[in-house]
Amino acid sequence: MIPKKIHTPLADDVIRSLRAGDEILLSGVILTARDAAHRRLFDMLKRGGRIPLDLRETAIYYAGPTPARPGRPIGACGPTTSSRMDAFTPALLESGLAVMIGKGDRSPEVRRAIKKHAVVYFVATGGLGALLSTKVKSSKVILFKELGPEAVHRLEVKDFPLTVAIDSKGNDIYDKAGWKKQ
Amino acid sequence: MRTVDTAKVRKAVEELCLKANFELRKDVLRALRTALGREKSARAKGILRSLIENARLAKAKRIAICQDTGMAVVWMEIGQGVRFTGGSLRRAINDGVKAAYKKGYLRKSVVGDCIIRRNTRTNTPAIIMTEIVDGDRVKIEVSPKGFGSENKSRIKMFKPTASLREIKDFIRDVVMQAGPDACPPLVLGIGVGGTFETAAVLAKKALLRPVGKHNLNKSLAALEKELFDEINALGIGPMALGGRTTVLGVNILDYPTHIAGFPVAVNVSCHATRSASRTI
Ligand code: SF4
Repeated sequence: MIPKKIHTPLADDVIRSLRAGDEILLSGVILTARDAAHRRLFDMLKRGGRIPLDLRETAIYYAGPTPARPGRPIGACGPTTSSRMDAFTPALLESGLAVMIGKGDRSPEVRRAIKKHAVVYFVATGGLGALLSTKVKSSKVILFKELGPEAVHRLEVKDFPLTVAIDSKGNDIYDKAGWKKQ
Repeated sequence: MRTVDTAKVRKAVEELCLKANFELRKDVLRALRTALGREKSARAKGILRSLIENARLAKAKRIAICQDTGMAVVWMEIGQGVRFTGGSLRRAINDGVKAAYKKGYLRKSVVGDCIIRRNTRTNTPAIIMTEIVDGDRVKIEVSPKGFGSENKSRIKMFKPTASLREIKDFIRDVVMQAGPDACPPLVLGIGVGGTFETAAVLAKKALLRPVGKHNLNKSLAALEKELFDEINALGIGPMALGGRTTVLGVNILDYPTHIAGFPVAVNVSCHATRSASRTI
């Protein structure tokens, strides 16, 4: 399969054209957020506040990179386990988030929310930290600096290799993976 | 008595942390190559190829193999004929970890406690496992452990009359529950016997043994091979996207146990199973 090249922000028709199992190369801007950042964003929304990110325009990547060596934009930067973010995800989708990147499967609630909002969930290969770092052109901490590796980093990526795991129709790659999801 | 300066320990720990995080173990790399030859699906092959390329890049560019550079588990086999000089051994080990994670641009993934969860910013304290052995040498082995796979580990206290089938089913279920989250292909460390915590420690220690080397006890070696075949027949595959390679290796360690018990611990580890050792 020749991977499809797409660019953030993803237009609705691009999102709808993606099918579970498609391999893609993503370019553009993505934001990292993992456990602690999710907790904070979720709490902000729950208190009825606004969050300081434009969720509609962005893709959230569940990742906590290693620090950059001098002269390099970033260190190793593979995905972390998405299911730890499941409890917070429906609220973020409700607020406009349309693109998520991580590793592993999602809860039934998240799968339903993905279908409802017609958004997309990609997986990157776990443990591919060194190779993925070569696809990142720049990196900058933009939020929650005090969280260290858990801060929100703004990454500019070029041809970042991903697979569509759950598409906007709710099709799930792990349903066809040849083993039974528990 | 042979004296060993703790400064030597500090330096060894530092160098071993770096080596483990940048250079994928030869046995693990070999197992990935063997697996590549065995796979039929294009997707599984593509993933294995990218993991092999990732290991090459990490070593060449001194980038961590995986961004989860783990909690540093430091194993010390201390000969009883050794006397340490130069100050605290514990501090030397933690200073070695701290220096490596700073100089190597490795991720600091340790929080000071489970409730407040403030990052210690040094990746310390390390987990320190000491064992007193005969002789006057000190063997140090560092194994950084990522938590994507660590979180999927399980322990179960079986009845002493449990059948091997029940044990195997438990281990298979651990792998199924881990699914994609633990980054398969996995290496399984299995600890059998002892007490509750002995089994867990043995499971972790089993991960240090090169993949492909079997337990010297024939029946345990047979169990390792059967588990390897049965789990790979599940079809979970690399990243749980289907394929013939779900485990790269199954390593069992055992210890005598009580008449009333049969503890079994499974420490799940990923394709980035890392460790490095040195004897001083
Ligand atoms: S499970 Fe292993 S390979 Fe996967 S992210 Fe964690 S440390 Fe890396």
